Amino acid sequence: MSTRVRLRVDPIACDGRGLCAELLPELISLDDWGFPILCDTEVPSELTKEAREVVKLCPKLALWLEQVSKA
Amino acid sequence: MAGPQALDRLSLPARRLYEAPSRLPRLLQGQSIGESTNLSEHLELRGPLPSWGPDAHSRQALIELVDRSGLRGRGGASFPTALKLAAVAGQEGLPIVVANGTEGEPASAKDKVLMARSPHLVLDGAVVAAQAVGAREAVLVCHPAVRGLVDTAIKDRRELRIDAVRLRAVDAAERFVAGEASAVVHWLERGVPTPTRTPPRLAERGLHGRPTLVQNVETLAHLALIARFGANWYRGVGTDSEPGSMLVTVIGALRRPGVYEVAIGTQVSAVIDQAGGTLERPQAILLGGYFGSWAAYDEAAQRPLSRAGLAQLGAGPGAGLIAVLASDVCGLAETARVARYLASESAGQCGPCVFGLPALAGELESLAAGGAFDRTRLERWLGQVDGRGACRHPDGAVRMVRSALAVFTAELERHARSGCCSQGGAEILPTPIGAR
Repeated sequence: MSTRVRLRVDPIACDGRGLCAELLPELISLDDWGFPILCDTEVPSELTKEAREVVKLCPKLALWLEQVSKA
Repeated sequence: MAGPQALDRLSLPARRLYEAPSRLPRLLQGQSIGESTNLSEHLELRGPLPSWGPDAHSRQALIELVDRSGLRGRGGASFPTALKLAAVAGQEGLPIVVANGTEGEPASAKDKVLMARSPHLVLDGAVVAAQAVGAREAVLVCHPAVRGLVDTAIKDRRELRIDAVRLRAVDAAERFVAGEASAVVHWLERGVPTPTRTPPRLAERGLHGRPTLVQNVETLAHLALIARFGANWYRGVGTDSEPGSMLVTVIGALRRPGVYEVAIGTQVSAVIDQAGGTLERPQAILLGGYFGSWAAYDEAAQRPLSRAGLAQLGAGPGAGLIAVLASDVCGLAETARVARYLASESAGQCGPCVFGLPALAGELESLAAGGAFDRTRLERWLGQVDGRGACRHPDGAVRMVRSALAVFTAELERHARSGCCSQGGAEILPTPIGAR
């Protein structure tokens, strides 16, 4: 059974390096100042592996995956 | 508890207060402007504060009382107080209460006036809140201007040993974002008045890792009266869904700007009448504060001052600011000035706020000055800033700017054709350090 997750960013920790948007453009875009806008919906199962990777690679450790509450 | 525990033990003024739940003022009662109520006057006016036991059952009963009263927070977000109390009371560990009198909004004065005139009512409320959540300590964060009065009030209470809860006062940080709940805790803990990230929620892990209740001082003052006179008494004014009275700061083109106490649901025009009525022909009102919404004067004046009453205008009472803009002042220029102020008051932590707010302010300044203005770009930036900070600072700024674009449509056209429409009227919204 796959866990349902959503990408989250700590806007205080985020420095706008932009690595995340380069690695995962399917779910992350950048605003006019280079800060990530995350797709608010659940991470589709085929991208879960990439999402985990992006969380690990963020140089500011500003990203995390949040469990989506079932409801 | 339906009312005061022993009606016959109450002083005559306190009994009158209890027996006339529809009479106002409740919070600013008993003294003229500029005077502070001391402890004996306070007890004479309102009677003794009942106390609740430290057991879970008593705490539950107190929270249920607050729930029945329908009290909501007066710091701007209108969150139901009983839910907030219950969230802290349900945690493991010894909780702490923070009475928030920071009032960082430069146009607002109601919390300062309340603490100056009725300091004991606020302190009572902090004691009641502490009893509701099982805390033994409450910290009152207050504007330096009223710190002396509050210290005296705490000292007088200590001498009489009337409180089972330890009270102390701390100076608030004087900046706009300092009043945000997590910023207050950050300020107390590390001397840094900036918001922190969520999670963890303050109710779970706040000041020194303890479950923390951060409650606006006006909310606490109402709580102190609910504890004395009960939920039904509290509901004696206001509307069914939004009971009680509220403090408002009324500024702008008025005869007697100042702080007033009104029943929630009072027509906005009646609130303005209390402030002596308008001076010049009014064109618009800023409702709620710098995070609030502009509304056309004639439309807003007819509405009740309540969440339900203002919702149709996309506005709300917020922290109780009502600013009246005369027709010879340019609403776009006022909006640009406040936007620049809010940009300068960003905590400087989150990219979209740090870069987005100055960008918005710059675009609005250009618009206000009759210069080049790109509406599409402004709308894109508003969308990119909204909801993208650790706190609600950027969202509040976006809300205010969006409402200006919706209300000042005639000015927008005039500015596009022939430059600024201002006839040199006085600015109404103070922006103390934003002018840098």
